[in-house]
Amino acid sequence: MDWLTQVKWSPYTVGIGIGILSWFTWLISNEPIGCSTTFARSAGMFDRLFRGRGAKEMPYFQEVKPVVDWQFMLVVGIIMGAFVSSMLSGDFTMQWIPSVWGSHIGDNILFRLIIGFTGGILLGFGSRWADGCTSGHGISGTMQLAASSWISAICFFAGGIFMAWLLFRVIL
Amino acid sequence: MKSKAMKLILGLIFGIIFGFLLQKGGVTKYDVIINQLLFVDFTVVKIMLSAVVTGMAGLFAMQGLGWIRLRPKSGSWGRNAIGGLIFGMGFALLGYCPGTIAGAMGNGYLDAIVAGLPGIIIGSWLFAAAYPLLKDGILNKGYFGDLTIPRMLKLNNVTVVIPLAILIIALLYVMERAGV
Repeated sequence: MDWLTQVKWSPYTVGIGIGILSWFTWLISNEPIGCSTTFARSAGMFDRLFRGRGAKEMPYFQEVKPVVDWQFMLVVGIIMGAFVSSMLSGDFTMQWIPSVWGSHIGDNILFRLIIGFTGGILLGFGSRWADGCTSGHGISGTMQLAASSWISAICFFAGGIFMAWLLFRVIL
Repeated sequence: MKSKAMKLILGLIFGIIFGFLLQKGGVTKYDVIINQLLFVDFTVVKIMLSAVVTGMAGLFAMQGLGWIRLRPKSGSWGRNAIGGLIFGMGFALLGYCPGTIAGAMGNGYLDAIVAGLPGIIIGSWLFAAAYPLLKDGILNKGYFGDLTIPRMLKLNNVTVVIPLAILIIALLYVMERAGV
């Protein structure tokens, strides 16, 4: 059972595993793997919590209802699966600063959090704008050969490569 | 009622497997994501492309057998290109995406829990707030519906799936030979 305690598997083992997993999510649950809608549903739940049910509901949350659905549980499961995997291999670490960030940018925790938070806002906003993320478009949509997903996936990486280059090669 | 609960439990089980695989693949880590965007480490692309080849072969076979019916998302240039670029910039700043951030949380990464997660939720809320202004304008620019590559090329699915699978496998082979 060595493979369970290994820190890292071949990317091909992992990729083929995710591909096979997607057969079963379609076959058993009739759902593609996706994640980002869950964060919009969570936003709707917080909106309801803070402003109350009486507040006029935003049109978006009438389309994307603030409920716990299959995908919401999938995202909860990801947290659990990654926790189990990292505990088995001893790779679980409570860490504020990722090492590449630390060696290029520094060990100021607040700065990492500010940039991370800003990135999170763009990620949340952009995934709703594009109607999907690296899972829903990047993996599940491209394998269905959807034009919307191929355009999105290419733009995810184009925007990401541009910003990473700007931050690490120009600003720093 | 029972089947609804069953569906949620299945979602959780699929998620546990997905999270386990993401963590074993290393993509729950900021370092792996940012090194992909800087062309230092190609783990992310290798995982995604091998998942797409495997998934695509199975899904189109199962659809051919009538077991499943695929649902490609509809879209537009305004939606997918602009939204994709905004997403990409956030992807590079945070170093996690909506799926891998859940994995990063399970991996113990505090920047994901304290900064990334609230950021994604607030960003999603901001989009919901802006939605009425965007809905009939920019989001509809260049609308193409649920177009797929085979329909765009006026070819049947198999005629696209097989060459594309060969192309992706060849690309992965070249990447391995080049030592990236």
